[in-house]
Parts: sequence; C-alpha cells; structure tokens
Amino acid sequence: MAETLSRSQNPREWLAFALVWGSAALVTATFCWLLGDIVWHGLSHVSWTFLTAPPENAGRRGGIGPILVSTSLILGVCLAVSLPIGIGTAVLLAEFTSDQSLFGRMTRRSLDVLAGVPSIVFGLFGNAFFCKTLGLGFSILSGGLTLACMVLPILIRSTEEGFRAVPASYRLSAAALGLSRTTTLVHLLLPAAVPGLLVGLVLGVGRAIAETAALIFTSGYVDRMPESLLDSGRALSIHIFDLSMNVSGGDANAYASTLVLVIMLLAINGTASWLATYGLHRKVVTV
Amino acid sequence: MTPVEPITGPRVRHPLEERPACPASQPIVEVDRLSLYYGGKPAFQDVTLSINKGCITALVGPSGCGKTSFLTCLNRLTDLIAGCRVSGRITIDALDVLAPGINVIQLRRRIGMIFQKPNPFPLTIRRNLEFPLREHGLRGREQIARIIETTLRDVGLWDEVKDRLDSPALALSGGQQQRLCIARALALLPEVLLMDEPCSALDPLSSGVVEDLIVGLRERYTVLIVTHNLAQARRIADYAALFWVQNGAGRLIETGAAKQIFEEPRDPLTAAYVSGMRG
Ligand SMILES: Nc1ncnc2c1ncn2[C@@H]1O[C@H](COP(=O)(O)OP(=O)(O)O)[C@@H](O)[C@H]1O
Ligand SMILES: [Mg+2]
Repeated sequence: MAETLSRSQNPREWLAFALVWGSAALVTATFCWLLGDIVWHGLSHVSWTFLTAPPENAGRRGGIGPILVSTSLILGVCLAVSLPIGIGTAVLLAEFTSDQSLFGRMTRRSLDVLAGVPSIVFGLFGNAFFCKTLGLGFSILSGGLTLACMVLPILIRSTEEGFRAVPASYRLSAAALGLSRTTTLVHLLLPAAVPGLLVGLVLGVGRAIAETAALIFTSGYVDRMPESLLDSGRALSIHIFDLSMNVSGGDANAYASTLVLVIMLLAINGTASWLATYGLHRKVVTV
Repeated sequence: MTPVEPITGPRVRHPLEERPACPASQPIVEVDRLSLYYGGKPAFQDVTLSINKGCITALVGPSGCGKTSFLTCLNRLTDLIAGCRVSGRITIDALDVLAPGINVIQLRRRIGMIFQKPNPFPLTIRRNLEFPLREHGLRGREQIARIIETTLRDVGLWDEVKDRLDSPALALSGGQQQRLCIARALALLPEVLLMDEPCSALDPLSSGVVEDLIVGLRERYTVLIVTHNLAQARRIADYAALFWVQNGAGRLIETGAAKQIFEEPRDPLTAAYVSGMRG
C-alpha cells in the first residue's frame, strides 16, 4: 500500500513503472494477437488428412505430409551433425583451452561473429560448398548440413557456458579422488552441463526449423515425398513462404501450415524445459 | 575401531595425556625445499618438513600464507592450475611425487583430500562412494556394498543414512556431507589424508563430530590438517607447523611436537600467534 502511494506521489517513478509494464504488455499482446490470428485462421484446416496427405494444386489443396517428412529429415541431419561436433568443440573450449590462449580467443570470437551472420549467407555458402563443390546437389543432406553450420555457433557457445557454470570444486574433488579426466567429463561435467546444451539446442533448433533463406538454396522446394537424403525436399517454412507469396488462393493452407510450425516450436521448447527441470535432475542424481 | 556415534550428550574431549600415541617418529612424507609459484608470484617458499606416519600434523597460520597451496602440492592437484609451478622435492614412502612420469591417478588414490567446503557429487549417497571405487577397478557388488557400509560406519554416518542410501547426497546437512566426503576418501584406502580446514564451514556441533572423527583416524591414517582453529589444533594434533607470510611469500616458521609448539614455542612469531596476539 505504502509503495503504491509513494509511486503515485513520484511522477518520474510512475512513468518508469508505466513504461516497463507497458512494453511488457505490448510484447505479450503482439504475440497473443499473432498466435490468435494463426489459430483463428488455421485451426479449422488442420486435420489428420492435412498432416499426412500430399499437397495438391501447388499446395492450395491437399496436405503437408511429404513436407513434414522432409522437414524432420533436414532437422535430423542437422542435429546428427551439429550435436557431436557442438559438444566436442564446447568440451575442447571449456575444459582443454585456457581463457587467454590465442586459439581459444580466436575460436570464440569467430563463433560469435558466425552466430550473427544472416542466414542467406549460410544459404549461399551451403549452395556453393555442399551442393556444388561436394556435389550433393539440391538435397535434404545439403540442407541439413547447411543448417548444422548455422546452428553450431549458438550450440557450441551455450554448451561451453554450461560447462563453465559447473563449479570448479567438482573438478578438484574428482581429481583429488584420482578420477581420470575422461570419467570426470562423462559422468560429472557432461550431466551438469546439459542445461546449457538444452538452451543452445532450443535456440538452434528454433532457428533451424523456422529457416527459409538458407534452405531455398540448398534443400530446394520439391514437394514430393523424399526417397532418400539425396532427394530435394521442401521444408515447412519454405512451403509457408511459397503458399503466401507465390500461390494465389493458398492462404488457408498457409495458415494451417504455420499453425503446425508454431505447435512444433512450442513442443520443442516445452520438451526442453521439461528435460531441464525433471528428466535432467533425475539423470544427474542417478547417473 | 568403534564408529563415532552421533553426539547427543556432552562431547568427550581427548586431553593430551589420553590420546592414543602415534608411533614414534617414522616419517612417511618428506618435503624438501618446496616452493610454489602462481604465474611467477610465490605462494610459499623453501618449506622443509617431514610428516610422521600415523600422526596428526596441524598446519596453522594466517590466511594467504600458502597452507592450501602446500596441501595441493602433495597430491599434485597443482597440475590442474594453469601457470602454477612447483620446485623442490616431495617423497611419500620413497615415491618421488614431483617426478614428471609418475602415475598421478595412483598417487591421488594413496593421498586423500578433504576440502573446506563439503563437496559431494550431485549423485546419490551410494553413488558418491561407489563411483570412485569402480573407477579404481573395484567391480564386485558385494565387496563394494561392504566397503560402503564400513566407511559409513567409520565416519558415524551409517545409522543416519542407511535407509536412504539412494537419496541425493546434497540433501544431507553440511556436517553429514563433510563426513560423507571423508568416507568417500577413506573408501579408497589412502595412506595420507590431507584436510583443508574441514570444520570451518560447519556449525559448532557438526564441527565437533568431525573433529572426533579425525581423532579416531590417528594411527590408521596419516593426517595433515590445515586449521584456523588453534584450540582445535591443540586438542587433536601430535605435531604442528606454523606458516607465516614474510617478504610477500609464505614461509614455514616453526615445526615440532604440538605440545612444544603450543607450550614452549621457540620462535617469537609462534609465541605471538599461539598466544593469540597475532594472526
Ligand atoms: N589458483 C591461484 N592462482 C593464483 N594465486 C593463488 C591461487 N590460489 C592461491 N593463490 C595465492 O597464493 C597465496 C596463498 O594462498 P593459499 O594457499 O590459499 O593460502 P591459505 O590456504 O593459507 O589461506 C595467496 O596469496 C593467494 O592469493
Ligand atoms: Mg586455505
């Protein structure tokens, strides 16, 4: 009560209060409006058939079955490549490289720069390197590998932070018990660094799954069901882009596809935070 | 060896006379002109000291005089600190500790260490003890279970935790965590135990329990304990060594039987420190 009084008595404080709350409300309202719009227009079109059937008439009718398959495959390739490389590099940076060493500083700086590079640049690089130089052509493999390049900087840096957040006392007490570095790493540090890894994963996958520019040049936009990783495959985000920009009368299906994309993003976020609080806790306690 | 009971009544003191005698001076650790530098800056210099087998040796002295650093040389934990350089010579049972090629893992199994802040791993109580044992090659389930029970009894924790061995170690109280850490070190059958102010992060009651436990380790283990608590050093130590900062680096001022150090100190600094006038 006293606080409310003093706030209303001091106009400057009141203004600050209004600004902070106002901007928070604005952000939340924008998100809700966006979500509401998508759900309103999209929900009635989403059905089991929509999720499984192939698109017809350039996507105006039919579903998104092959597109979901391509998206999952691209994401799968991306994760299969970026997770091991990401964790490995993070371990190298956090546990085996001193903060001051030239190698460590250079690597961190390059990663930070790469994390801010626009995705179209990754797309062009992927097209030149994976599609042309390596001869993978427009394919799910090229797309997944390009996404991996894009996701890696975020993944490495945030996993590295995860390792750095592990108290030094773990390392000392483990060493004092004669545990080898590998054991310490696998059984103590890695489980403790998983929260950082998850944050990186959510940010990275979030960026990957919503990616359009980097995929147009690499995985292409063929909307048939892919038969192998070397087939071109259309990602969900490209499908949405195509429907809303190039296909007149594709709005309804664009909304429905967007709704599916948003649900996927929310599901990934939810799983990660669930893992961070419950699944992970169990793992750390029982290893 | 009777387990230390969780205390309920007044604590049984061990006056100097009643202590189980530690064997007549038979050095197990010999430190010769040891110096340690952090990035060129000396933490302590020129320490020569021998530590007798089966006895409790207390290292005392003001903060920053290099006591913790001294302990970490003995189990080569200094290897983990970038820019740390150690010179001099340490032998433990004829093993040249500072020789580049020695098996550090084996060394650290033989030299246990307890830290100021209890630091159990974020695992269950059982896994905290089992994990290092397995790492050192022990596989038999029954054997491991037996060692877990014995060491937990040794530190007086068995009756307190036997029904919840699979609950997280971090849920224990501070004193219990510290005793678990001691049990974890004892499970590896070390010859020497390094203890860095093991009671200073604990409440007085738990501190008393841990202190009694340390006294119970005499004879079976060689204990080198850093303590800020002079009364504690007086109560438990057979030998004592005083460190002091001189000219920007820690030095060993005086070492000898605890009784002599505390009652007839030779060095005026020691006299001032043990009488509470300095430090
Ligand atoms: N890891 C380290 N890096 C650099 N200097 C250190 C490090 N650890 C301790 N020191 C310095 O070495 C000196 C001795 O420290 P320490 O051994 O912790 O003393 P004590 O345990 O007697 O308080 C102090 O001046 C401290 O600042
Ligand atoms: Mg210290």
